[in-house]
Amino acid sequence: MSFIKNYIEGINNNARKVLSIFLTAGFPNKNNFVDLAKRVFDSGADMIELGIPFSDPLADGPIIQASSKIALDNGIKLKDVFSFSEAITSGTDKPVILMGYANPIRKYGIENFFRDANSCGVKGLIIPDVPLEEYDFFFESSTHSIDVILLTTPASSKERIKAIDEKSSGFVYCVSITGTTGVKENFSDEVISNISRTRSLIKKNKMLIGFGVSKPEDVKTFSPYCDGVIVGSAVIKSLLNNDNYDTTLRLISQLSQACE
Amino acid sequence: MKTNYNYPDKNGKFGQYGGRFVPETLLPALYELDQCYQEIKNDSSFISEYEKLQKEYNGRPTPLTFADRLTEHFGTAKIYLKREDLCHTGAHKLNNAIGQILIAKRLGKKRIIAETGAGQHGVAVATVCAKFGLQCIVYMGETDIMRQKPNVFRMQLLGSEVRPVNSGSKTLKDATNEAIRDWVTNVKDTHYIIGSVVGPHPYPMIVRDFQSIIGIETKEQIMKAEGRLPDDIIACVGGGSNAIGIFYPFINDEKVNLIGVEAEGLGIETGKHCATLSVGEPGIFHGMKTYLLQNSDGQVEEVHSISAGLDYPGVGPEHSLLKDISRVKYFSIKDDEALKGVDLLTRLEGILPALESAHAIAFLKKLMPEKNKNEIVIVNVSGRGDKDLATIINHLG
Repeated sequence: MSFIKNYIEGINNNARKVLSIFLTAGFPNKNNFVDLAKRVFDSGADMIELGIPFSDPLADGPIIQASSKIALDNGIKLKDVFSFSEAITSGTDKPVILMGYANPIRKYGIENFFRDANSCGVKGLIIPDVPLEEYDFFFESSTHSIDVILLTTPASSKERIKAIDEKSSGFVYCVSITGTTGVKENFSDEVISNISRTRSLIKKNKMLIGFGVSKPEDVKTFSPYCDGVIVGSAVIKSLLNNDNYDTTLRLISQLSQACE
Repeated sequence: MKTNYNYPDKNGKFGQYGGRFVPETLLPALYELDQCYQEIKNDSSFISEYEKLQKEYNGRPTPLTFADRLTEHFGTAKIYLKREDLCHTGAHKLNNAIGQILIAKRLGKKRIIAETGAGQHGVAVATVCAKFGLQCIVYMGETDIMRQKPNVFRMQLLGSEVRPVNSGSKTLKDATNEAIRDWVTNVKDTHYIIGSVVGPHPYPMIVRDFQSIIGIETKEQIMKAEGRLPDDIIACVGGGSNAIGIFYPFINDEKVNLIGVEAEGLGIETGKHCATLSVGEPGIFHGMKTYLLQNSDGQVEEVHSISAGLDYPGVGPEHSLLKDISRVKYFSIKDDEALKGVDLLTRLEGILPALESAHAIAFLKKLMPEKNKNEIVIVNVSGRGDKDLATIINHLG
């Protein structure tokens, strides 16, 4: 059985939703990134989603685009992402999953990618530009020992959501809104009814909600309909705006409390 | 050779290329678009509306002009020019915009978005939106806004909003990223009119089909003028829509050499070029698998060409296949050679070509010495050069 699914279930059994925090690998700095990530775990994050920087991140809004650009300017390559993962996961059971666009992963080689991800303690992978249709073509026949997580959106039909659940392992990433990543002020009733519909169709995996989730109130709003939440842009925005990490870590601990 | 040439396949693939590498949000819209296109392409009311607009609004058929002085200049094969520069709005781009605005109408979409590099596609979309009374937003890189000012003003005059894009290299690739992000966000009421044979399936197929009117006319015209097919057809390739447009109806005519000319910028060795098919390798970008200029980490390279319309690190997936099966041969022409092409065609034929098309003209200097007097060469003059006057004056003035 999937490590991530087990892990999420374990946390849910203690009456808590999972808090996954997105960090762009090597942002804002390369040198103390591992330290930042460890403090994110210490502040109450249950899981870290590590973004592999890409030159053309078309599923991302301006905040994550900016962090991706800074990470690339910091010279971050996939081998750095793997060494970060290894250092972050040493001495903790909390998992790291990777989020990256298709081309850098394809260029690294699918087999090589899974081999190195696995040996560095990475537990899962999300590729926003490899949908259901391209999954088999992209991964070829490679057997992967880490979970591959697909996304659903409000535009996905019932049939697609079922097929996405079938193809995913660990959890399904439920995108709350149609749009790119970002910080949202509030969510309409339509968003909630869509999430609740998605939840009812997902049988095999756990379900985490992401895109636009930024405040402890959002976590409370979504909690009844999911097994956990993913917060990205709000954290990256805070890191962009503050020189020391205290404000960001305080936000994470507030989000974490909202997961109880 | 390729009598069984029939692409894309049911998965939207041209061999290993193409596909639908986009976020999940867009998949339902791509299926909807594909289904709508399959329904209308054989629908007689759609075809008659499309043909009427091509004739009475766009000014088709465009002429095939015998270039007698250019022919004399090289002293070998006869040279004909396919005159897409005479299309309404000044380039082949309107061929596609007309087809796609009719699709948007069928889909009931009220809001149109587009990306543009040189501004020719942006102007074409702004034009059909004015004609059909639809809201239009055009994404354009800040670098391109600077070098294509007249087209920016034209789009605004046509009632469109031009949104500057300041990410990445601030050119066509970044404008395309931003248009895709807009589409992901507003997919319900918005149709995205892509300007070239790029992007996720079904775009490369739809744009090719609308642009193949160029090749269909060319074939009829050369048969009428010469009673036989040409020996060579030359077209410039950025994303590759004018090239596919003129090549596609000749793909099964294996004796016709098809030649695509990419922009070599300041030269391959300088790294400042966009000769994707010449030196790139397969990658995944803008929703498609295709040849791509990328570094050893799979990051997309920033590219350069004097011509804003060729300044693109990818290429249409069908070109990637046509290269691999050697049905089309691809070469590259530098900035300074293209400028000489502008000069040559203008002085000898009184036709000012766009900088994009000038790359195809410039290739004649390499091809013609190998030709003989019995042969026929056709060059696709994809657009006119009025928009490039500022750049041309800077270099030649």
